Amino acid sequence: MSTRFHAFTGKTQNREPHIEVRDLTVAYGDRVVLSDVSLTVGRGDVFVIMGGSGSGKSTLLRSMIGLIEPSVGDVSYAGHSFTQSGPSERASFLRRFGVLYQQGALWSSMTLAENVGLVLGEYTALSPEEIREVASFKLALVGLSGYEDAMPGELSGGMQKRAGIARAMALDPEILFLDEPSAGLDPVTSRRLDDLILALRRSLGATIVVVTHELESLLSIGDNSVFLDNETKTVIARGEPRDLLENCLDPKVQAFLRRSQEAAR
Amino acid sequence: MRFETRDLGAWDTALLAWLRAALPSGRHERVEIDRTGLPPGVQELLSLSERVEGAPREREERPASLVARIGAHASSVGLDIVDALDFLGRVTKSIGRFVTLRAQFRRTDLYAELQAAGAEAVPIVTLLSAIVGLILAFVGAMQLRMFGADLYVADLVGIAMVREMGAMIVGIILAGRTGAAYAAQLGTMKVTEEIDALQTFGISVIDFLVLPRVVALFLMTPFLCLYAIVLGCLGGAFVGIGMLGLSPELYLDQTLRALELKDLFGGVFHALVYGLLVGLIGCLRGMRCGEDAAAVGEATTSAVVSALVAIVVADGILAFVFNALGI
Repeated sequence: MSTRFHAFTGKTQNREPHIEVRDLTVAYGDRVVLSDVSLTVGRGDVFVIMGGSGSGKSTLLRSMIGLIEPSVGDVSYAGHSFTQSGPSERASFLRRFGVLYQQGALWSSMTLAENVGLVLGEYTALSPEEIREVASFKLALVGLSGYEDAMPGELSGGMQKRAGIARAMALDPEILFLDEPSAGLDPVTSRRLDDLILALRRSLGATIVVVTHELESLLSIGDNSVFLDNETKTVIARGEPRDLLENCLDPKVQAFLRRSQEAAR
Repeated sequence: MRFETRDLGAWDTALLAWLRAALPSGRHERVEIDRTGLPPGVQELLSLSERVEGAPREREERPASLVARIGAHASSVGLDIVDALDFLGRVTKSIGRFVTLRAQFRRTDLYAELQAAGAEAVPIVTLLSAIVGLILAFVGAMQLRMFGADLYVADLVGIAMVREMGAMIVGIILAGRTGAAYAAQLGTMKVTEEIDALQTFGISVIDFLVLPRVVALFLMTPFLCLYAIVLGCLGGAFVGIGMLGLSPELYLDQTLRALELKDLFGGVFHALVYGLLVGLIGCLRGMRCGEDAAAVGEATTSAVVSALVAIVVADGILAFVFNALGI
């Protein structure tokens, strides 16, 4: 695990910013769910958004992909503002994203191949046979070859998550957003998912943003991170998760990282 | 205050709940409480229940005044109307794209919806419209017989089915069957983040999910309505021929003589309007569904209720318009 982590540090040192979030605040009426969050994700990084339950991790992710409109602040990709983009511009941003949702969110009325192939049909000029081949290949990448005609309902939770990743990768996205990829999975499956994420980063060079509170997973895959606090709803620590574990003095961060590490062991 | 529990054999949550409610919190009362007399398990559970995780939940502020609540409700109705109009606008634009063949949706979805809304509704439409025709004829025959006007049962059933009842039966069946299904399907897709997944792929949810459903229902209602009219008239003929002893030729002739083509157009037009309303309302309720299972139930209920209200209101408006136009 540690060798893999060190293998990536070279890359993280000369990174250019890929995603920039500035002063993001999200509020519903009087209830602030995210307050004044700023972060920068380097190109090719695995960036971890961590924090306890209810700290606004998923809200942050959802506002980064346009599912929630922020009350204040700006999200930009490669220097271009996403928050202030018009509908057609936004569509071209979205085509560069791949998103894995917490519950997989596969379209339940379609087979796995159709799930993966849908966007290919919408945005590429591939023929139906080629789409099927590409979809089949993406499914094979996540270890689901032979499941092309399965319906999402027939799969286990871990398989649905993997199929969700295959779908997120359909258009070879520049950025993969993963919302709690290992939530609800057993330790072995969740470890395999981590390996898969790292392998994808290595081979595709995609930037990956992961929301997670699984300590083992975030320590092994994260190049950079932010820690969101439950009470203030903002970032209280940032940096490499390993580094935070060793050098961050904030008691909340320490409690989170140490406690869960003990539990994981 | 001390506890003496040496003779206590067994205890359960009732004891804990009573202790928690009965024990003074200690801060305000000048009573020293010594819990060491309690069984160890009780002590541990009590102290667990007293620990506060994070900030305690804020209590709701006291209920607002009646005027404020009426105001809040009124402004939320206003927002709902704006929201419905916004949805209607989006669907209209989407139908524009459908007509010009630029809409993003799968043909197979449209075919599946056509089948679900049309062909699969045939059995229940058969049952209901035949029975309504039968009942109309039976009740009518009882009255008309007193005047020796048995033959006019054919007129009664024919006019009622063609002008009003055929469309009404189809509208009500579709509201309960298809509109409810749309709300439940879209609502569940919202809960399972499937709609979010479409959005983040840049696929128009209206084009992809709403359009095939609304179009399918709109296209299928006229056919179902014609079918219901035929079945209703057959139900009437069953009574007319079987009970009143009219000959089939006579009954058919009398039915056709009572009707004009514009009656049929009027009836089918009613059905088209109902189909559109049921489809739009079902999809709107599904798209505006909350994020849990209870919300799906509420969306489905409100889809059926709103659709039925809309059908009745539309029927009234159409009757007024047809009357004014002399149709």
